[in-house]
Amino acid sequence: MATKRTVEFELATTGADARGRPIRLPLGVATAEPEDDDLDLGGHNMLINIGPQHPATHGVLRLVVELDGEVVVRVIPHVGYLHSGFEKLGEYRHYNQIIPLTDRTDYLSPMSNNVALALAAEKLMGIEITERCRVLRVIACEMSRLISHLVWMGTTAIDIGAFTPFLWTFYERERIYNLQEAWTGARLTTSLTRVGGMMADVPDGFTENLRQWCRNFPKTLDEVDRVLTRNGIWCARTQGVGVLTGEEAINFSMSGPMLRASGVAYDVRKDRPYLGYETYDFNVPVGEHGDVYDRYLVRFEELRQSTRILEQALDRLPDGPINVDDPRVILPPKSAAMSDMEAMIFHFKQVMEGVKAPVGEAYFPVENGKGELGYYFVSDGTAKPVRWRIRPPSFINLAALPKMAEGALLSDLIAINASVDIVMGEVDR
Amino acid sequence: MSPSVGALRARFGRAIGRAFVSCGDTVVFVDRVAIRDVLRWLKETPGQEFNYLVDLTAVEYRDGERPLEVVYELFSLGRRAQLRVKVQLAKETTLELDSVVPVWRGADWLEREVYDMFGIAFRGHPDLRRILMWETYAEGFPLRKDFPLRGRFSRSEQVRQALNIHPEAHYSMEELSIAEAAQDLPADMRERLRHGERGTVPERPPEEPDGD
Repeated sequence: MATKRTVEFELATTGADARGRPIRLPLGVATAEPEDDDLDLGGHNMLINIGPQHPATHGVLRLVVELDGEVVVRVIPHVGYLHSGFEKLGEYRHYNQIIPLTDRTDYLSPMSNNVALALAAEKLMGIEITERCRVLRVIACEMSRLISHLVWMGTTAIDIGAFTPFLWTFYERERIYNLQEAWTGARLTTSLTRVGGMMADVPDGFTENLRQWCRNFPKTLDEVDRVLTRNGIWCARTQGVGVLTGEEAINFSMSGPMLRASGVAYDVRKDRPYLGYETYDFNVPVGEHGDVYDRYLVRFEELRQSTRILEQALDRLPDGPINVDDPRVILPPKSAAMSDMEAMIFHFKQVMEGVKAPVGEAYFPVENGKGELGYYFVSDGTAKPVRWRIRPPSFINLAALPKMAEGALLSDLIAINASVDIVMGEVDR
Repeated sequence: MSPSVGALRARFGRAIGRAFVSCGDTVVFVDRVAIRDVLRWLKETPGQEFNYLVDLTAVEYRDGERPLEVVYELFSLGRRAQLRVKVQLAKETTLELDSVVPVWRGADWLEREVYDMFGIAFRGHPDLRRILMWETYAEGFPLRKDFPLRGRFSRSEQVRQALNIHPEAHYSMEELSIAEAAQDLPADMRERLRHGERGTVPERPPEEPDGD
């Protein structure tokens, strides 16, 4: 192993150097002895640390990068900075008490996490929800997908250097957030669902406002389309970058837009339908190159398709109850709990003991904005699960980052990392 | 019950344990020795084609007598079929299992997480390190039932340890070997690392006299 040498440059313009030679030499000419011809300048790869506090890592992700010049030789991701032990906490809580924890995993689409948790618990308990509840949950899921993709599009454009689309997408996101806030009372910690129903029905004027939004949104989308899709810089920065073939993507257990951009048409809404998604008319966009650009196109088209689903859901939203008619599962109305003996007992038992699930286990996947989000419950017959497992799409998609970034440029690493669409709350749980 | 269970029994015989259906999902138990062969067979055999590893996790029951379970949630993208394969690991045995990273690359981080949370080691895993907890985490395996919700150490001890972490300990030895950074560390850092929890610092080769 060669030891490291330092080469000294004399930058002074007059006088003599340490060996007594005149130093009237052009700047930059090394004064090292001529026999030092085995100089090893830049022979080592460079170690670069990105994050955990860095705007381009989308949260507290840390990447240790080995660079050869500007080319990425190896990426070693470090996760866990936001680990909160949600899965452990879930083992100490009733099924309904877990719902607030799901808000905080993928906090960019909290409503669809709530829906997924309620669906998983209902699968475990064998509860059949009402028709109005189904359609409301579809609306919640699609609103979440829109929020999630809009954030992705804005922040990725910023990472690659386009600032304007960020303002447009965040403007539209804010409009959905207003609707979400009117419905749930919260922007992030929605806790929208309950096992067997919903926390609340939609407020007055909600459907009209959402319809209005669905009419206006495509205009914004067209503007983003005009700025990005055929933009020379955008294409140069994204096309052919971070390529994964379909086989590799399946082998890495990727899901969501990451998998579909590689040409694998797997969408949980189509392949393992839930909430009656098979009765909605929508298309699943699929890429063919598996690069960052295709991931952008897939998510872009999903925004349009989600708007279509929202319009159909609003058209068919039936009247009726949002909760199942089962006092063992759904809390009685407060007025009844305060006046009626039986209702009070049910209220007491639910709050103190929780809803008991039969012995068994259930895995329920839904298509989230990031990919396949699955909740896996194991029950031993008590009101608290033995095991609550989150199948985190961001975590599993992120695991392929070292593979995608191998041989890319350092600046492409930022684009590739952005294209994965990670939320560290979900990666670290 | 998924027809794959019958096919598994015909192919692997006694390595396949009991099978049952819970909430519409088929669950089948497999002997721990055969797990990698069984999963590879399920992935590659025409007619099975469980090419998608949905999830890999573990379960410990509240009943201390029951063995730990490692759970492989499989899905066939072509056939749209689900199968859950489980392996039981008795607690008094070594918690060790063949890694399935050679079958699915996606199992890499999932197995690291199971190792991190349950202490189950995977033989043949390329890089079995903790993933969500830091590498020097000394309190045990958080998702085990004997692990208290707030951790084993007292709050003050946890704070003390957190404040005493040296920044250089955030790099693994492998990372420090990039660019031979370990050689360039200041002497006091090298000293702390040598006594630290990150393993040993590679010894510097004897200095060759510099050119001048």
